[in-house]
Amino acid sequence: MSEEEKIGVYICHCGHNIAGTVDVEGVAEWAKSLPNVTVSKDYKFMCSSLGQELIEEDIAEQGLSRVVVAACSPHMHEPTFRGACSRAGLNPYLFEMANIREHASWVHQDDGEAATEKAKSIVSGAVSRARELEPLEPFRAPIDETTLVVGGGIAGINTALEIANAGYKVILVEREPSIGGHMAQFDKTFPTLDCSACILTPKMFDVGNHPNIELMTYSEVEQVDGYVGNFTVRIRKKARMIDVDLCTGCGDCWERCPAKVVDTVYEAGLGYRTAVYRPFPQAVPKYPVIDTESCIYFKNGRCRACEKFCPTDAIKFDQEDEIIVTSVGNIVLATGYDLFDSRRLPQYGYGRLANVFTSLEFERMTNASGPTDGKVLLRDGVTEPKSVAILHCIGSRDKNTNDYCSAICCMAALKFAHLVKEKTDAEVYNFYIDMRTAPKDYETFYNRLMQEGTHFIRGRAAEVTDAARKPEEVGKLIVQAEDTLIGKQRRIPVDMVILMAGMQPRHDSQEVSHRFGIGCSDAGFFNESHPKLDPIATMNAGIFIAGVCQGPKDIPASVSQGAAAASRVLSLIGKGEVEIEPVRAHIDEDRCSGCRICNNLCPYNAIDFLEDLAVSRVNPALCKGCGTCVAACPSQVIDGQHYTFNSIMSQIEGLLWDVRPNGEEKVTFQKTEPV
Amino acid sequence: MENSRTYTYYPGCSLQATAHAYDESMQAVNKQLGLTFNEIDDWNCCGATEYFSVDALPAYSLVARNLSLAVQSNGSQDLVAPCSACFLNLRKTNDYMSKYKDLNSQVNQALAAGGLSYEAGALNVRHLLDVVIEDVGLEQIKTKVTKPLSGIKVAPYYGCLIVRPETGYNTEYPTHLDELMVTLGADVVDFPMKTHCCGGHMTQISEETAYELIRRLLQNASDYGADAIVTLCPMCQLNLDAYQNEVNRMFGTNFHIPVLFFTQLMGIAFGLSENALGLGSEIIPAGPALAKIGTVDEQKTRERPKRRDKKALPMPSMDSGGNE
Repeated sequence: MSEEEKIGVYICHCGHNIAGTVDVEGVAEWAKSLPNVTVSKDYKFMCSSLGQELIEEDIAEQGLSRVVVAACSPHMHEPTFRGACSRAGLNPYLFEMANIREHASWVHQDDGEAATEKAKSIVSGAVSRARELEPLEPFRAPIDETTLVVGGGIAGINTALEIANAGYKVILVEREPSIGGHMAQFDKTFPTLDCSACILTPKMFDVGNHPNIELMTYSEVEQVDGYVGNFTVRIRKKARMIDVDLCTGCGDCWERCPAKVVDTVYEAGLGYRTAVYRPFPQAVPKYPVIDTESCIYFKNGRCRACEKFCPTDAIKFDQEDEIIVTSVGNIVLATGYDLFDSRRLPQYGYGRLANVFTSLEFERMTNASGPTDGKVLLRDGVTEPKSVAILHCIGSRDKNTNDYCSAICCMAALKFAHLVKEKTDAEVYNFYIDMRTAPKDYETFYNRLMQEGTHFIRGRAAEVTDAARKPEEVGKLIVQAEDTLIGKQRRIPVDMVILMAGMQPRHDSQEVSHRFGIGCSDAGFFNESHPKLDPIATMNAGIFIAGVCQGPKDIPASVSQGAAAASRVLSLIGKGEVEIEPVRAHIDEDRCSGCRICNNLCPYNAIDFLEDLAVSRVNPALCKGCGTCVAACPSQVIDGQHYTFNSIMSQIEGLLWDVRPNGEEKVTFQKTEPV
Repeated sequence: MENSRTYTYYPGCSLQATAHAYDESMQAVNKQLGLTFNEIDDWNCCGATEYFSVDALPAYSLVARNLSLAVQSNGSQDLVAPCSACFLNLRKTNDYMSKYKDLNSQVNQALAAGGLSYEAGALNVRHLLDVVIEDVGLEQIKTKVTKPLSGIKVAPYYGCLIVRPETGYNTEYPTHLDELMVTLGADVVDFPMKTHCCGGHMTQISEETAYELIRRLLQNASDYGADAIVTLCPMCQLNLDAYQNEVNRMFGTNFHIPVLFFTQLMGIAFGLSENALGLGSEIIPAGPALAKIGTVDEQKTRERPKRRDKKALPMPSMDSGGNE
């Protein structure tokens, strides 16, 4: 059969991206010599409409039965060229993409000859494989209209509201007892200095009362199965020890609770909470939880004060975790960030020197409902500082900790400087590497701060000590830094130091990325499908990302990304059904020995064992075509559609076109004269 | 000895002169820990802190000669130096010869004149403290402690040399010597100037500069209530000990802080005699400080944490500090 195939080969210049390194005309000319190749052309931009029309015309006029485009990664343009084939009446699965950009020209920029030889091998492999391709039809599956949003910070809140307002159901899962995220901890937002709570709490309230949003706080997603449009998720609702149907949120329980602990989450370690607690007054939902680790009753069996004083008998010490298994069509991850742990840089004194604070501690301090009622005070809780140093880039732009820029700290530092000046008479010193205030109106805020008399010292601080050298340094924290603008070492004694700690991926982001089947960077931020053109989707269809879990960003950017994720979900719901790649494993049941080796290897639990027939069978709805079972089957009776044994072996043979066994001479290319 | 370990050893000049107490106490402690050090034959000066700024190539070649001789001794690949300057110079030369081809070939050319050669990276240059902590381990050390150092407050002083090459320890604010002292039972004070310069050879060139640097260190240790400074560098020990009285004269201060080598305190904790540890050769006598050992222990354990001031804000917990 394959001898009769007519293959069209198209070599893309991609401007200079490929043609600058690879001899594209030469490769196109050479490809004519490959078996079954009827047409071989090079073109400046194959992805342009003219490039696509070229393919369509050749299919119609030359009767091509297979098409190979050698260009960029299939992640970019495989759908484009499959579309072109489809329009010309060719089954799109008879198209094969050869990546000669990422795999040849970009990685061998300094050696055009080698890149050209490699491009030939890649094209040869693709042509051999194309010969073995079989027409396939995509599966179609309906889309479940319910969406799961994971994370109830500002990004997740916005995603949930956008989808719910469009009339579709949302399940919003939040790990903490209340939604709100980091934004709920702030007092002011830059650069407008508007009240964080005032703009956030109405949205939180809307989430709590929206008929289309099912809010699950104090809950975590434990397992995810299925595929776009048809996910099954398992959610653990941790026991609150509170009957929310009875609880009115009156507060009698936490007012009577004798167990006080430092609140390291909401108060960032700067304040206390009780064992039964509601993180903050505007919490949504309004119900408290009992933290069983600090509750006296759970420790030694006595107390039960909250139970005694609860007017509605809502305290339930015997409540257990609840497991909810439900189906959703799309998932948006908006899991946020952890603050860099400043104790990793002991030279700045956090944890050793009392008056060194982290940025999040300072946020709580300036918050009117925080531990100091919004007053800027030293650790003793009474003294107002007369001088404050703000150290930028703590755990950012540092190869020893995190090498990336956390994006928000410069602006937050400016906000802090302003708040210190507003609330005290203190002098403020900013120690920075570069001031990064790019987005709209941010530079204006920077200028305003310079007008206000904040001191800016260009130089990363070396250390913070209480080792006084001169009388005026006694009792102070001394910040040592090289002022790189004047080329001098400076020592500035201050009363208070604020460390602008960077943003880090959540401590469990790797684990979460595995659970949802998406990628994450070395740092731990979730990988987007494309850094520029699709920073919202992931490589796992139906799973989207928003907010800082994708990379450091501020509130407006998180809100935008949340809305964008919602819009992507809504367009999928609007389509009603999804096309699913027919790339699936298939078991030849007549030859299956029933050994069940594949059953446990399948990462998607897609293989069932049929007891009555004593054979295994792949559930095509769950199978992702990863090929693990294909490789593992001892009887070699599992075939991966679109990646059949024959197609892969042919591709390898094609790649090795210039290698001959038994040390025979390498076949060298003879350029054929153009006709 | 069940866990005997053998190393190639580069003593450096200090250990045979001003820091003989370091050498004696190290030998005594090594016996306890089962460490055998085989000294390189015919070693020469490492160039100390100056020679590299005078003429780099001869300086590297001088150091490489020692590396070459160390390989010839056919012993362990681990080359141990107890002096921080020797450690830095040996490690730097080893590292730079691996990284920079030109330097490597020039140095080897120089070595060839003496019939020697060195294959960069053939040795692993280590500081004595690293060997004690990594190879012996704090747990093993703890089992040797017969006289815990409770009651004495020590300021661990690392100096500026040991933190320069990348060694896997925190270079900005190291704590491994702190941990060793805690293992020995000592009270460790926070000492923020732990990696600051002791003045090095500035004592010979500019007394004013050097004495001010020394004063800062002594002041800081004294502010934190340290009974003694413990160090791992002969230069640091010499400057802080030998010039302490000079500093007092110049600044009108009254410091009496003995400066000891960590091996001396290990020896004391292991119950070895003061004689065997070179004690008594220090200029600021360690006697009064060492007399505190074992004195205030009980009172300290009974001390109850102060009740929290109602208004005060909580301090960050250090339990989970460090690495996440």
